[in-house]
Amino acid sequence: MARKTNKSSNETEVVLESNENAIFNKETEGLSQSQIIIKRFVRHRAAMVALFFFTTLVVLVYTALDWRIGDPRNPRFTIPGWWRYGFEDMPDLLSEGCSEGTLGCPTIDFVPFVDGDGVQLGQHPFGQDNVGRDYFALVMRGAQRSILVMFIIGLIATTIGTIVGSLAGFFRGWTDALLMRLVDFIITIPVIIIGSVIGFYFGNKGAAFLGLLLGLFSWTGLSRLVRGEFLSLREREFVDAARVAGATTRRIIFKHILPNAIGVIIVSVTLLMSGAILLETALSFLGFGVTSPDVSLGLLISNYQDAFTTRPWLFWYPGIFIIAIALCVNFIGDGLRDAFDPRQRRRLTKKDKENAREINSRDQVA
Amino acid sequence: MLAYVARRLGALVMILFGSSFIIYNLTAFSADPLEELRTSTAPNREQLIINLTRELRLDLPPPVRYFIWLRGVLGIFVGKADFGQTRDTQPVISEIALALPITVRLIFVSTIVAIILGIGLGITSALRQYSRFDYAMTFFAFLLYSLPIFWVAVLLKQFLAIDFNDFLVSAQISLPTIIFASIVVGFFWAAIFSGTRKRVFLIFSGAFLVNVIFLSILSAAKWFLNPTLGPFLILIAAIGIAFGVTYLSVGLENKSVVKSALFCAAFASIIYFPAQVLLDSNRPRVGIMLLFVALVGIALMGSILFNQIDRGPIIRTNVITVTIIGLLIVVDKLMQAWRPYIQSDDINYRPISTFGQSTSWLNEVPFWVRFLDIVLHMILPTIALTLISFAGYIRFSRGTLLEVLNQDYIRTARAKGLNERTVIMRHAFRNTMIPLTTIMVTDIAAIVGGAIITEQVFGWYGMGTLFNKAITSFDLNLLMGVILFLSTLAILANLIADLLYSVLDPRIRVGAGK
Repeated sequence: MARKTNKSSNETEVVLESNENAIFNKETEGLSQSQIIIKRFVRHRAAMVALFFFTTLVVLVYTALDWRIGDPRNPRFTIPGWWRYGFEDMPDLLSEGCSEGTLGCPTIDFVPFVDGDGVQLGQHPFGQDNVGRDYFALVMRGAQRSILVMFIIGLIATTIGTIVGSLAGFFRGWTDALLMRLVDFIITIPVIIIGSVIGFYFGNKGAAFLGLLLGLFSWTGLSRLVRGEFLSLREREFVDAARVAGATTRRIIFKHILPNAIGVIIVSVTLLMSGAILLETALSFLGFGVTSPDVSLGLLISNYQDAFTTRPWLFWYPGIFIIAIALCVNFIGDGLRDAFDPRQRRRLTKKDKENAREINSRDQVA
Repeated sequence: MLAYVARRLGALVMILFGSSFIIYNLTAFSADPLEELRTSTAPNREQLIINLTRELRLDLPPPVRYFIWLRGVLGIFVGKADFGQTRDTQPVISEIALALPITVRLIFVSTIVAIILGIGLGITSALRQYSRFDYAMTFFAFLLYSLPIFWVAVLLKQFLAIDFNDFLVSAQISLPTIIFASIVVGFFWAAIFSGTRKRVFLIFSGAFLVNVIFLSILSAAKWFLNPTLGPFLILIAAIGIAFGVTYLSVGLENKSVVKSALFCAAFASIIYFPAQVLLDSNRPRVGIMLLFVALVGIALMGSILFNQIDRGPIIRTNVITVTIIGLLIVVDKLMQAWRPYIQSDDINYRPISTFGQSTSWLNEVPFWVRFLDIVLHMILPTIALTLISFAGYIRFSRGTLLEVLNQDYIRTARAKGLNERTVIMRHAFRNTMIPLTTIMVTDIAAIVGGAIITEQVFGWYGMGTLFNKAITSFDLNLLMGVILFLSTLAILANLIADLLYSVLDPRIRVGAGK
């Protein structure tokens, strides 16, 4: 700020200095805490774009393939997906549009007009794998599994982490000591190691089960944060007030302290989830996660990493989906962090500066 | 302090005990080493099962087996630890002794690179808050956060290793590549030195032109086939380094410091010639050490000759200058080994390796060739690990510096009339470093996990490979050995960071009671 030397901007700075608070106070006038937070979050452009993109992605991914309720071989009834292939179908390998010697290359076309066809999906937008399975369907299935594991890990880790953290922080003493030693035991082992051990022995029991077990070991970081938050919140006056009013311990924890710690929890859960999808894909890549015949994004990359020179699309698409999902979750988390942080102030826009001038002139008149 | 360290070490032992108990039982209950035999059709199946059961003590429940294993490990306190044997009857400890240094080397180098680059970019980004550079860095950091390391590693294999090796056939850079690279470089510098539109354009075109000329010369001279720095380039670089380091540490206004730094640069460049003899001798490690001792001597001499007062910061400036020049001399020496290296039969003009941690040479090769070989093998895994870990440093150092810059003592420093450089480098930067020690710890835990995956992709024989082998072959002793060493590494890093924290920040007193 000090860099700007021309006069008019200098004046604006001075005006801003005095009215910055006024602007921000005016913005939050008459709003409740949660309304302020939602307002801040909605204004975070990157987070909103990410949220929109992520929601679209999840809807697209989960509606693409048929849902078979009951036994997958002989389903009781089927909800049809919008994509023409299933991930187990094996249509013939097509050589349409491929260079010499390769089969099943992607038919998706992003470039309008130049090559005549215009933007189109084609028969197999992401190509086909070795045996002709439609790669788009495979990637959709993989993304379904990966997102499922991500949400399960998030859910389990949030529940356990919050409960353990609040108990340790609220009761202190030996409860705290005991629980935190347990956290220490788990946190010292790199998560990929625990994940591999679990994944290798239980990975064949399905993606949901894998997510459940991984969730059982991913809550430690969160519980430390929640504990810290509880340790400081429990000393505040409103807790004393509640206690004097005769509130039970359970009520104090859930009704009085927890809502105040929700910011910390939500933010670290989003970060935990973006870590979770990377963990799941890494484990599947190493062969310790989701195993075939089921499909996961990491598994797809692992299967086709050697095909990179001849059929790079088999490698690109699953990777892009992993990055897209993780990136969206990270940006949403960033937006939430900014929204929950009371110290956070957005950058002043031109409009704000005009408002500031207006307020200033009004003050001078008065 | 000592009591604190002792208490922490005691806690370390307890934590290791707890976590190893959890992992041992988790694995022992879930793994079934007999599974393969049960389904086998071998005639002596029953006998094999009995043998294996006896060998692995499967008749005992897992917690009991854990304590048998623990008794062996606890022998470490009486001087003979027993980590048991692997399934192929090698002592676990000797397997780990082979693998651990390789993994530690990888983790160490990539952590250092990540710290330097991450802090540099993070601080630049903070100083240019809300600029395009800042937004680009924020996005870049988020992108890196979201990258799966195994995916990056495969990409690096293709685009850096295979394509670079193909490029070496002609060693000529194509014109589009030159122009594209120069545009990127131009944008980078223009974004950092932002200002008025005219200034930005000037910087962009300047950087663009310099880069085009530079790359064209490299291409025309086929520099990549026979790279060298030589005494002349080292001298020019040394002068640049002297100015740069002096500017950052004490500022160019202090003429005597500039003189002493230039003196050091000149002398260090002259050292280049005797250094060749030293480094070519048959004890090159001693040579490298002597080189750096001589360089530090020059640095001390320079500050004594040219400055009478306030020698501390000046000695520091000079030592940093000569250390960088010394590294350049070593790099030059490595470059001289390049030609014989790529021409050797084992390499055959494909120097950037995608597999293994070193070449197994058929015949004896000189020290520098072996050194170069290790360095070249390390490039790709190091880049992969650095990429995923330095995003954290960018975000964290940016955030911390912004927070520090809002403190009252920065305002005081500015009000005293100190120039911006002193405020940033002396007052803000140093206080930014302190909280960074905490992120280093979490980063090392993450980087250990990353190393396991990276080793897998690049076929290194490190702890990750051992770990893989241990899991897939139900080798509980090996698995426990690997985990024990890796978690000890992580916890020790934690302890060191805590101690560093208290050394750097006098407000924090470790072990000062509750």
